Amino acid sequence: MTALRPVIVILYILFLLLPIYWLLNMSFKTTNEILGSFSLFPQNFTLENYATIFTDPTWYWGYINSLIYVSLNTVISLAAALPAAYAFSRYRFLGDKHLFFWLLTNRMAPPAVFALPFFQLYSAVELFDTHIAVALAHCLFNIPLAVWILEGFMSSVPRELDETAFVDGYSFPHFFVRIFMPNIGAGIGVAAFFCFMFSWVEMLLAKTLTAVEAKPIAATMTKTASSAGYELGLLAAAGCLTIIPGAFVIYFVRNYIAKGFALGRV
Amino acid sequence: MTLEFRSVVKRSKGETLIHAASFTLAPTGFNVLLGATNAGKTTLIKLMAGLDRPTKGEILLNGKDLTRLPPQRRNVSLVHQFFVNYPHLSVFENIASPLRVARVPGADIRRRVHEAAELLRLTPFLERRPSALSGGQQQRTALARAIVKSSDLVLLDEPLANLDYKLREELRDQLPRLFEGRGAIVVYATSEPSEALMLGGHTATVSQGRVTQFGPTATLYRAPQDLETARVFSDPPINVAPIRKSGDRLHLGDSVAWPAAGTALATVPDGAYTVGVKPHFVLPGGDAAGTVPVTGRIQITELSGSESIAHFDLDGRSWVSQSHGIHPYQVGDLHTFHIEIRGCLYFRPDGTRVTA
Repeated sequence: MTALRPVIVILYILFLLLPIYWLLNMSFKTTNEILGSFSLFPQNFTLENYATIFTDPTWYWGYINSLIYVSLNTVISLAAALPAAYAFSRYRFLGDKHLFFWLLTNRMAPPAVFALPFFQLYSAVELFDTHIAVALAHCLFNIPLAVWILEGFMSSVPRELDETAFVDGYSFPHFFVRIFMPNIGAGIGVAAFFCFMFSWVEMLLAKTLTAVEAKPIAATMTKTASSAGYELGLLAAAGCLTIIPGAFVIYFVRNYIAKGFALGRV
Repeated sequence: MTLEFRSVVKRSKGETLIHAASFTLAPTGFNVLLGATNAGKTTLIKLMAGLDRPTKGEILLNGKDLTRLPPQRRNVSLVHQFFVNYPHLSVFENIASPLRVARVPGADIRRRVHEAAELLRLTPFLERRPSALSGGQQQRTALARAIVKSSDLVLLDEPLANLDYKLREELRDQLPRLFEGRGAIVVYATSEPSEALMLGGHTATVSQGRVTQFGPTATLYRAPQDLETARVFSDPPINVAPIRKSGDRLHLGDSVAWPAAGTALATVPDGAYTVGVKPHFVLPGGDAAGTVPVTGRIQITELSGSESIAHFDLDGRSWVSQSHGIHPYQVGDLHTFHIEIRGCLYFRPDGTRVTA
């Protein structure tokens, strides 16, 4: 049984990695090879697909646009969620529990529900096709999530720490930045990670609220597929590049991610 | 320097946490807040620190009203029962933090932190994080932070309660010396009467949100002004029973009586009173002058080192006897104890003590 365990683990990992490998495999092939034959390795190895993405502005701007609004969203979400989570964790006020739960219900509706009102609203205030429009739209589900995660981490910091700091002479902002935030660093990291990820993978709102100037990479990928025939190799290369930021971010929070899923209440 | 509470009331969520507390604390010796858990000690400390605002009443420092001042502007130090330090800072930075906030020059900070660390024997650990220290060292770090700034008011909220026995004794011996000559008013909350006696100074007994009495510790212990104070300041708990004065006799139940002459009840009118006898005045030994025998069935016995404690039943009330030496009590046996009459405290029905 113990001898079998590593085998099972390896099989499972292979099973999980198979589609990613296939994507990588395809990204180094020409479209003709992908459509014409079935091979485990690229027969005519090519970097052409990647070269196209890094030289064609319609491609690489997709990445830049996505990174801009995702970063904006992460910053806005955290800036709003930090004080909100502190209030939920430290003060009792009328309806605090209901408000806290209501925040989470925002995540329960599919983004499609909000696509039309956002489109109409942002067009009216001339925010349509800007990075900030997408960043703000994504706050709808990222702020509640960040509040939930941060509240858990904050509640595990004893209130006495706040009191000690105030008695020592720290003003509230000074305390919050110098004492409190370093103590929930893991929570901030995990919250930032989740904001980044959800904003990065969200496509519907990002596509609806942009046209040219702020077009995200996900939109670029689907449009290419329809216009110039099927450039499968190019799409595969774009897909591979899309995975990278997420992998990069997860590397930094890998030690806290389990605690983050438990909302800091471990 | 004085800290004065003028009929301070604190209410929260419809509950009265502090009922009109009035007292004046001085920097001579420790000011002990003695009371059970949830009696209101921590609430009083928070009011002193400015972490809570009174609902009514005033708090004055040297006659200056600081009722509405936030903790940052009060010049106080606070040590919690739980070892609270800044986990992300080294011990040095932990101790230095009040000075850093006050923008004290760097050289000065180093000198004062090293002084405080030396006093609390933390010098070898200055570069470590608090989490790498033992509980005693963590609490000493918190104490060092409390003495490093020259506060007007040092608040210690059961600082030794979470330490083990040995460390507690050691630190308790050091505490009075740490604050000696600093001119600060030191407030020390504890739930243990023995700790109050060891620290001396003044004591305020706190019970259910009331400060029942404030005065020199020894006075409160020997001559409490009311029953509640006597209850708070007795461990094991004081024996309390109704007593009836008729003529020149005091009757405890049906079978026990002693002369009223020579007691505080000698000159008061006949009627119902309450007697309080601390357990160490109820002794298992033989007849002696000035004692009254009482017989009861032994319910529980405890041995604590060189002391014997017996709980026995007397007229349906549980009594406690505490005596030196080891006595071979048998649970279930009838045993005759002797109450020392000079150790009896007498109270009126309203709880105030009858003094001769």
